[in-house]
Amino acid sequence: MELRNDNENKSLLRQVDWLTVVLYAILVIAGAVSIYAATYNYERSSSMFSLDEFSGKQFLWIGLSFVIGFSLLLIDRRLYEAYAYPIYAAMILLLIITAFVAPDIKGSRSWLTFGPVSMQPAEFAKTATALALAKLFSTYGFQLKDFKSYAIAGTIILLPILCIILERETGSALVYTSLIFVLYREGMSGFVLFAALCAIVYFVLVLKFAATAIMGIELGIFIVFIIIMALIVAMLLFYCRSFILGRNVLLGYLGCGLLAWGLIALGVNVNGYLFFGLTIGASVIYLLIAMFHDDLRKVLTTVIWALASIVFMFSVNYAFNNVLQDHQQKRIKVTLGIVDDPKFTGYNVNQAKIAIGSGGIMGNGFLNGTQTKLKFVPEQHTDFIFCTIGEEEGFIGCVVVLGLFLALILRVMHIAERQHTAFGRVYAYCVASILIFHLAVNVGMVIGLCPVIGIPLPFFSYGGSSLWGFTFLLFILLRIDASRADYGNW
Amino acid sequence: MRKDYNLEKRKYVIGGFIVVIVAIYVFRLFNLQVADAQYKDSAQNNALLYRSSYPSRGQIYDRNDSLVVYNEPVYDLVFVPMDVEPFDTVDLCATLRMSRREFDDKWTKLNDKRTNRNYSLYTQQTLMQHLTPDDYGRIQEKLYKYPGFYIVQRIIRQYNYHVGANILGNIREVNDRDLERDSAGYYAPGDYTGDLGVEKSYERWLRGRKGKEILFRDAVGKIKGRYKDGAMDVAPIAGNDLKLSIDIELQQFGEHLMEHKIGAIVAIEPKTGEVLALVTSPNYDPALLVGKERGKNYALLSTDKNKPLFDRSIQAAYPPGSTFKPTQGLIFLQEGVVDLSTTFPCARGFHFGGMKVGCHGHGSPIALKPALQTSCNAYFCWGLKRMLDNKSKYGSTAQAFDLWKRYMVSMGYGYRLDIDLPGESRGFIPNVNYYDKMRGKDQWSALSIISISIGQGEILATPLQIANLSATIANRGYFYTPHVVKEIVGEGILKRFTERHYTMVDTSYYRPIVEGMRMAVTGGTCRKANIPGLEVCGKTGTAQNPHGKDHSVFMGFAPMNDPKIAICVFVENAGFGASFGVPIGALMIERYLNGDSPGLQSRANAMAATWTMTRSSTMPTTEISRGGNAATKPAGGTPGATAPAAPRGEAATVPNPQIQTGHGTKE
Repeated sequence: MELRNDNENKSLLRQVDWLTVVLYAILVIAGAVSIYAATYNYERSSSMFSLDEFSGKQFLWIGLSFVIGFSLLLIDRRLYEAYAYPIYAAMILLLIITAFVAPDIKGSRSWLTFGPVSMQPAEFAKTATALALAKLFSTYGFQLKDFKSYAIAGTIILLPILCIILERETGSALVYTSLIFVLYREGMSGFVLFAALCAIVYFVLVLKFAATAIMGIELGIFIVFIIIMALIVAMLLFYCRSFILGRNVLLGYLGCGLLAWGLIALGVNVNGYLFFGLTIGASVIYLLIAMFHDDLRKVLTTVIWALASIVFMFSVNYAFNNVLQDHQQKRIKVTLGIVDDPKFTGYNVNQAKIAIGSGGIMGNGFLNGTQTKLKFVPEQHTDFIFCTIGEEEGFIGCVVVLGLFLALILRVMHIAERQHTAFGRVYAYCVASILIFHLAVNVGMVIGLCPVIGIPLPFFSYGGSSLWGFTFLLFILLRIDASRADYGNW
Repeated sequence: MRKDYNLEKRKYVIGGFIVVIVAIYVFRLFNLQVADAQYKDSAQNNALLYRSSYPSRGQIYDRNDSLVVYNEPVYDLVFVPMDVEPFDTVDLCATLRMSRREFDDKWTKLNDKRTNRNYSLYTQQTLMQHLTPDDYGRIQEKLYKYPGFYIVQRIIRQYNYHVGANILGNIREVNDRDLERDSAGYYAPGDYTGDLGVEKSYERWLRGRKGKEILFRDAVGKIKGRYKDGAMDVAPIAGNDLKLSIDIELQQFGEHLMEHKIGAIVAIEPKTGEVLALVTSPNYDPALLVGKERGKNYALLSTDKNKPLFDRSIQAAYPPGSTFKPTQGLIFLQEGVVDLSTTFPCARGFHFGGMKVGCHGHGSPIALKPALQTSCNAYFCWGLKRMLDNKSKYGSTAQAFDLWKRYMVSMGYGYRLDIDLPGESRGFIPNVNYYDKMRGKDQWSALSIISISIGQGEILATPLQIANLSATIANRGYFYTPHVVKEIVGEGILKRFTERHYTMVDTSYYRPIVEGMRMAVTGGTCRKANIPGLEVCGKTGTAQNPHGKDHSVFMGFAPMNDPKIAICVFVENAGFGASFGVPIGALMIERYLNGDSPGLQSRANAMAATWTMTRSSTMPTTEISRGGNAATKPAGGTPGATAPAAPRGEAATVPNPQIQTGHGTKE
């Protein structure tokens, strides 16, 4: 045992995935430099490493991150697996405590303060959740098959979400939804992803095109009806692999469409609900009868999916108006371009777009950006740090940064797939999923493609908690990965 | 170990997802950063503040290089509401010598958008304008105690000679209308611009060019530094100085002579068209329209019933009276209506067909030169009648009259001369259309309009036009457009002032007219202008006007054979030309050609003390304050203190010069 341990430690440096370490190092240092640029002051400028500057502090956090990272590499990988559940339990407890003891900062109660130091437990809960999920999947005989297995996995993911919502940090809570990718990789039906995608598309279309009417119904609803009809046909053809059913339904739809068109051309008022209700209703009845001659389960799935889609479509408006809070509704409306509000709700995003847009191809040059320095962009060194890159390093800089992130994510996925254990693989996919979510949402909101959800850009945004949270996440992965060669030796 | 290779393929879905997301983002970034230029502009609008730096305004000199108008820095106390911190109000009031109440009042007004249209948290608000040097010194010392308060320097105009307000004009803040008309977008609210006089007409040169500073401004409007360290800044270019053609001492002398009178004096150097003096009376001290009291003083001046802001020398159109006669003589000679030996009868006037124009006693029949000498009305009536009735030569009275009108226009009448001052009147010379409209087509004849031959009837002219006529005669047939600016320093003279304008009358015909005008001085109506050693030529005018007593007019030039000054004096409601016009004209000519002398000064003082203005409507009763020392013009003493001549109040009604309001001809 001891001997093997020695071997392991000696080979550790060779086994560590240095490419990931290098990507990590580049990202964090580029992050600190961007923070310096974002908070640079024309009137008094001290060194990038001065502790009076945010960048200086960030460099301090980075230094400590490397210490933490290499410490994590020294811990026996088995400890992570062994203590996954206790760590997770402790973290959940900490989250709950935080929700009650933390002071209210801008409406959220997620910061624990110890004298001069404060930290955000939610940033570390990601690691704990990833470990717990990995542990679950590595349990002997566990497979994502029955309701029970889904329920356990779902609970592990949902618990931190609930705790963080309790802290009123909705943005951070949403991060955990990305773990759906992990479940998908581990056997969850792809239909869930497809349904999620449909839900997002319906949601956007219904809201975006609510203002215009066609055939007596909202244009958004009209478009979604058409999409549902197209998807029914597509599913019959490609999912159920039933050419006859697909063809018949398609012909039926086209016939009804032509009929309606003709009636409208003749001046008859055709109500949209009536038309779609009759058309889709008829096709559903046809399919329910015809399915007994075909693959019953798949056709039934198609029908259920179609009906669920219609129910979801009609619930979008209700949910939007009654479930979401006012500021959330506004942010979504601004992102969808339904309302234009550059002074208030849209201010951040509008200023962020101006800052990025002013960068051009080559950027204005390091420390030459005006928008971030003159504080036109709020949260410029934290959530909106990407603006500074866009403004000063231009299109090229943005593409390079996005490329580095993409490389890191794909590298993590590559690491995941080379793991011999479910624990390693699931943990690695958790890391990849969380990075994907952060990158997609943070950059998306800065360039106005996503509603504003206040989550940091990994490794770039200022803040020790966030940096250390990702450091934990990544270096535990590296540690697990480093001993993959020993598989079978223990 | 389970390894499901079917599930492993799902890495492509997840990997594909993030690759697609990144691709979409790159595309979006390309649109934002490369394809769309609007964000660059927005960024500049956000971050850059363009601040003007002001050049010094050009100074004004007279023809002899005496400095007339110059700049003086004054200091305003301003504050930026955003930067103001709680301060010791009592101490500030004491420093400003202001009562607490007064201060509080002002402070609340300034900090309220409803009472202060320019209020903004981030921009300068003026608390006190034009601090006295005393105040300035005291505040400067204590300014460190009041964060958010600043002292800014401004320029005001100062005057070495308190005369010539009508020529000099003044400066004021631009108003909304100025900004609307400023198509080039030069002015910003709060800028100064010239108002009246050369300050207005030469604004382009005097103002120079504003410089531009480009500064960084942060999201709350604070200045954070210079853009590119000032590399893109533009330095202001100082305004051009002006050298007036005015002889400021002659101007001062003329204004002194016109005290207590209403009217104008215009003196021109015939050889160049340069205006030597341009006096209007009553007038005012140009320094009244400077600084804190400008608004109040301007209101007082504009409501004064003697209209001191009205420049009678160029804006008032009067009947020219007998000063018009030389023009008629010139036309008659050119047209061959008369020659020097032609005589017309004058039986104490012109009598024909029921028409009667009175005259005074002199020999009859009379030829052109003696007619000018004695200012015979009948001669010119006969002459005009002969010309307009000559249907065989001209075809019709209308055609003959049309030609006559063209002669008049060539002599500078009927249209603006385009002097380089704003507001000039065009006078009035009727044309055929005018009479057709007023009296009916073919309902008028030489006889019915005969009074125009002696400068009465519909004829109106500005004193400037009359002086210009005098210059034309002195030049024997041409004039330069009269102008008050001899040179824009650094730019030269405007080209339009260097072009000779010839009249339609041949030079040779001017000789007898000059001789006639000389005879008027040596032995005619202008004998009071016969200054030994100076060959003065002149013509009086006694212009009847419907509003009251006749205006006294004099037109002349000297010396006869090398004219250096041509002049017109117009005194409203002062009776015969000989009584005021001639002596004032003579004093002006003597002052200009012979310089000052004690004898001249005492004669001038006597003239200055003579009243023609109604006493009750004199200016000095208007209280106009100027920074503490009340300086008003015309001052000259309190009413009745020195008045050797009997007040002519009995005849004088409220002076009402006929302001030309566009009843001109449409040609």
